[in-house]
Amino acid sequence: MNVLLDHFADFREGFVGTVLLTLASGLLAMVLGVVIAGFRVSPVPPLRAFGTAWVTLFRNTPLTLLFLIAWFVVPVIFAPGMSPWTKALLALSFYTSAFVCEAVRSGITTVPLGQAEAARSLGMTFSQTLRLIVLPQATRTVVAPLSSIFIALTKNSAIAGAFSVTELFGWQKTLSDQGYAIAWIFLWVALGYLVITFSISGLFQLLERRLGVAR
Amino acid sequence: MTEVSVAEEDKAATGELVVLKSVNKHFGALHVLQDIDLTIARGEVVVVIGPSGSGKSTLCRTVNRLETIDSGTISIDGRPLPQEGKELARLRADVGMVFQSFNLFAHKTVLENVMLGQVKVRKADKKQAEDKARALLDRVGVGAQADKYPAQLSGGQQQRVAIARALAMDPKVMLFDEPTSALDPEMINEVLEVMQQLARDGMTMIVVTHEMGFARSAANRVVFMADGRIVEQAAPDQFFSSPRSDRAKDFLSKILHH
Ligand SMILES: Nc1ncnc2c1ncn2[C@@H]1O[C@H](COP(=O)(O)OP(=O)(O)O)[C@@H](O)[C@H]1O
Ligand SMILES: [Mg+2]
Repeated sequence: MNVLLDHFADFREGFVGTVLLTLASGLLAMVLGVVIAGFRVSPVPPLRAFGTAWVTLFRNTPLTLLFLIAWFVVPVIFAPGMSPWTKALLALSFYTSAFVCEAVRSGITTVPLGQAEAARSLGMTFSQTLRLIVLPQATRTVVAPLSSIFIALTKNSAIAGAFSVTELFGWQKTLSDQGYAIAWIFLWVALGYLVITFSISGLFQLLERRLGVAR
Repeated sequence: MTEVSVAEEDKAATGELVVLKSVNKHFGALHVLQDIDLTIARGEVVVVIGPSGSGKSTLCRTVNRLETIDSGTISIDGRPLPQEGKELARLRADVGMVFQSFNLFAHKTVLENVMLGQVKVRKADKKQAEDKARALLDRVGVGAQADKYPAQLSGGQQQRVAIARALAMDPKVMLFDEPTSALDPEMINEVLEVMQQLARDGMTMIVVTHEMGFARSAANRVVFMADGRIVEQAAPDQFFSSPRSDRAKDFLSKILHH
C-alpha cells in the first residue's frame, strides 16, 4: 500500500509522462493518418503509392522493432542527438498513423460517391472535396475505431518505458528493483493506465453522441 | 470594356458551346461511347434519349470530365477540357450538373448547399452568396426550406435545391442526368417546370430524360443513343412522330406502351 505514498512523486511523473507521450503521439498520428489517407484516395498515382507503402511498412512492423530502429538506426543515418522522448514519439506516432489512416480511409468509403462527384462538379479541388465534403461525413464512422486505436496507443506507450523514457510502466521497473512487493506496484500501474484509457473511451463516446445528434 | 463585351456577344451569337469530336470510351472490354460527334450551340436545349445502358449517363459525365475519355476531344466554350487539376476544377465550375440521385451535401443545410460553391470556388463574399442563394431557392420554390437539412426534404424539393446549387455558379451549360427518374410521379412536374423555365430563360442544357412531354415542349433537338452510338437526331416533333431508324422506332414503341 505504501509503495504509492512513498513514491508518489515518481508515480505522478510517470503518469504525466504517459499522458503526455500518448497525447503528443496521438495528435501527430492523427494528422499523419488523415494526410496519408488523403494520399491513398488521391488521383495522383505517386501519392497513392507513397500512402500504400507507408501503411504497409508501419502496420506490419512490430512496434518494438520500430523502437529499436528509432534508437539505433535513425540516429546513425538521419538525425543524431535526438532525445529519447522524441524517438519514442516518432516510433509511436508513425506506427499508430498507419492504423489511423486505414480507419479514416474505411470511413471515407462509407460516404456515397455522389457526394464527392457533386463537389467536383461544382469546381472544388480534390483537397476541398476531401476537407469540406467527404471527411466531415466520414467522421461519425471513424470515431469508434479511433477510440480503440488510441487506447492501444496508450498501452503501446509502455514500450517507451523499456527504452528509459519516463512513463508509467517504467516506474514499476525502478521500484521492483528496490524490493517493493510487485503485486501492489502492478495494481497501481494498471489503475494509472485504466484512468487514461477510460478517459479516452469516455471522451470518444461523448464525441460519438454529439455527432449522432448533429444530423 | 464595351468593345470586349460586344466581341464576346458576337462569339455568343455564333457560339458552339459544347463540342464533342470523335469521342471514344471503354469500360474494360465494353466500348461505351463510339465515335461520338455532338455540337451544342449556345442557348440550345438537347434531350438525350435511348435504352438503358446505351451510354447516356457516361456521355453526360464526360462533358465535365467526371469520366475520362480514351480518344477524341471535348471542348467547352472553345477550350478543350484540361487534365485533372486546378484548371479543370475552374472549368467544371462553369458546367452545372444535376444528378438522378440529387447528391445534395448531407451534412449541410439547404442554404449552405447553395452557398458553398460560391464561397469556396468563386470566392464570393458570404453575404452576397447568401442573398444569391436565397433568391435562387425562391426561384425554384423552396425558399421556405433554406435552414433544413436535405434529408428533411421531399425528393422533388431536393432536386430543385440541386438545380439551385448548380445555378449558383452561373454555369454556361447545365447537364441533367435523368433528373426525375428517382422521383415519385407526383413530384416529377415540379422539377420539370423549373427546367422548362430555365430553358425559356435561354440556358444551354443537355438533358438525359425519358420525359417526352419535356422533350416536346422544351427541347430544340432530340439525340437518340443506342449501344454507345448516336443513332439519330432530329427536332422533337419529327423524332417522336416519324423516327427514321429501326432502333428508335423499336424504343419508342416500347416506352409509348407504358
Ligand atoms: N464505372 C463503370 N464501370 C464499368 N462499366 C460501367 C460504368 N459505368 C457504366 N458502365 C456501363 O456502361 C454502359 C453504359 O452505362 P450508362 O452510361 O450508365 O448508360 P445509360 O445512362 O444510357 O443507362 C452500361 O453497360 C454500364 O453497365
Ligand atoms: Mg443513366
